[in-house]
Amino acid sequence: MRPFTVVSGVALPFYQANVDTDAIIPSRAIREVSKQGLGRFLFANLRYLPGDEIVHPDFVLNRPEYAEACILIGGSNFGCGSSREHAVWALADYGFRAIIAPGFGAIFFRNCINNGLLPAQVTEAQAQELAEGARKEPIKYQLTVNLKTQEIALPSKKVIPFSIDADAQQQLLRGADPIDMTLETVGEDILAFEQKDRKNRPWLHSNPE
Amino acid sequence: MPKTLYDKLWESHLVAHREDGAALIYIDRHLLHEVTSPQAFSGLKEAGLQPWRVSPNIATPDHNVPTVKRELGIQGIEDEISRIQVKTLDDNCRKFAIPEFTLEDIRQGIVHIVGPEQGATLPGMTVVCGDSHTSTHGAFAALAQGIGTSEVEHVLATQCLLQKKAKNMAVQVDGSLNTGVFSKDLILAIIRQIGTDGGTGHVIEYRGEAIRNLSMEARMTVCNMAIESGARAGMMAFDQTTFDYLQGRPYAPKKEEWESALDVWQDLASDDGSVFDAQCSIDAGDIRPQISWGTSPEMVVDVEERIPDPKQSGSSADLHTRALDYMGLEPGQPITSVYLDRVFIGSCTNARIEDLRIAAKVVKGRKKAKNIRQAMVVPGSGLVKQQAEEEGLHSIFLDAGFEWRAPGCSMCLAMNADKLGNRERCASTSNRNFEGRQGYGGRTHLVSPAMAAMAAVVGHFADVRELLQ
Repeated sequence: MRPFTVVSGVALPFYQANVDTDAIIPSRAIREVSKQGLGRFLFANLRYLPGDEIVHPDFVLNRPEYAEACILIGGSNFGCGSSREHAVWALADYGFRAIIAPGFGAIFFRNCINNGLLPAQVTEAQAQELAEGARKEPIKYQLTVNLKTQEIALPSKKVIPFSIDADAQQQLLRGADPIDMTLETVGEDILAFEQKDRKNRPWLHSNPE
Repeated sequence: MPKTLYDKLWESHLVAHREDGAALIYIDRHLLHEVTSPQAFSGLKEAGLQPWRVSPNIATPDHNVPTVKRELGIQGIEDEISRIQVKTLDDNCRKFAIPEFTLEDIRQGIVHIVGPEQGATLPGMTVVCGDSHTSTHGAFAALAQGIGTSEVEHVLATQCLLQKKAKNMAVQVDGSLNTGVFSKDLILAIIRQIGTDGGTGHVIEYRGEAIRNLSMEARMTVCNMAIESGARAGMMAFDQTTFDYLQGRPYAPKKEEWESALDVWQDLASDDGSVFDAQCSIDAGDIRPQISWGTSPEMVVDVEERIPDPKQSGSSADLHTRALDYMGLEPGQPITSVYLDRVFIGSCTNARIEDLRIAAKVVKGRKKAKNIRQAMVVPGSGLVKQQAEEEGLHSIFLDAGFEWRAPGCSMCLAMNADKLGNRERCASTSNRNFEGRQGYGGRTHLVSPAMAAMAAVVGHFADVRELLQ
């Protein structure tokens, strides 16, 4: 996984509460067995006219000034709803590296971390300010997100702090594979747990392995 | 110090604390389906890993399966991309020796209906599945959570889930539900009260007299929608109702193991004096049949109410205006004046035998209204379908002009051929009324099975209490 350190770029204002993962990627686009190429279906119901071919010119993602956007400014409870990791794969495949919002759906949050996409939490007022800036001067409004210092630098040189859990921050900074980490660091603990559990709850271990 | 049910479940599954504040908890049951598992199995294969254990895993295809032509098995899936996805689940389960209820198996169905039905969901378990409605299984005093595909891979590879402990929230439900008011109305009323992010960062325990008086199936409907209030999980204490439901189910422990399991399960309730980080309460007796009017499960009114005016919605005014526009509704319009195009009775929320019985009771001797293009009943599993047919429920539906389909997620999420057309309006017993959830431009109203059945025979929303009292 690509480590996340510092990312700079154009911000897409998408400041709406409760943007759900069905909106981020509709169910018709999650029938594939691969993670690749899902960026085409990002926000498909808003981005295209029925048929997924003709783009909706008014939709913010289709406006030329946001063509290079790599940071999304969202509203509260961003990514709520379905657990589909396809939502994060689509955002990442499209080119987004960070989502800044006042709050995230819990499953979506973990999915971001597991794919190197930064979910940066700010206050409602800060999200509103960032979205406003990105709306007013799209090209000039370049943000720099620094994960180590947990800060977002605005074009005005103003700096907005963001929060993220320490474990999530570490995983993103290192770009570490969580499975490798678990097997290396606590493999023995899992075996020890199971040994004890076979005595405590034998009914969960009596099926043939 | 007194412990909540969640505290107990968390502590009894704690494998390790990491220095960075996260923990690894052991996973007892992992349910898999075709949509969120293929990339996890691919990852496992690429890394050259095997599942840590095989027996905690159970798989069944549900999201992407057709509800017609099932006698053709996998060849009955007309869409090639979908067929490949279902076949990939079959192939992966065969390769890794994971038990699967395939399309041909009568036990196939919606994963959250199949697990409990088989007794594969047990009290005291940690349950995960790559599906947000895994919260359903919390009805069994289990810690049940929806996870993403990377986490599915992590659970397959390590039998553990990496996370931080959530906070405790209590939703206290006193009193009792009136005739014609069901657990679906209860959970919609709760979400309306606390909001779609009211449970964020928390695990909710539903408790109180009204919860204790619910059947297991009704309890599952409540826990199913815990995620719609943003909670990490929803759960309820173990009691005699849980015991009675589980005894004798295929995957439930037998004989001496059943006895020793019971000793452990008796303790699966929050201790007296437990402290919750957040609390709310609701009186079940005050709840009326609920209908969602908007595009979020918190946008709900009583059957006697009118569509709210965004001018009175405060900071939610913009959201409400957008929702009304999408839904094609006017502020101030009585919800009972809303006519429907389709009715969907199904989903992991409401496709169990009790749901079908109550819908059949409403429909019996009546006909689908002329303006209803389609009224579809999709049982939650092959076994639910079989049971309903033994009871003659399918004949009641068919006689009334409803369609009787084969089990799967169906029109809840529009992955298979069952979808709403643009601007079509549907009374649905499912769990999400998001824009486009049931098909591009589709307009979803969430209701109980009784209210959906009533809408199907009347043609518009109507108070089912008048018929059931």
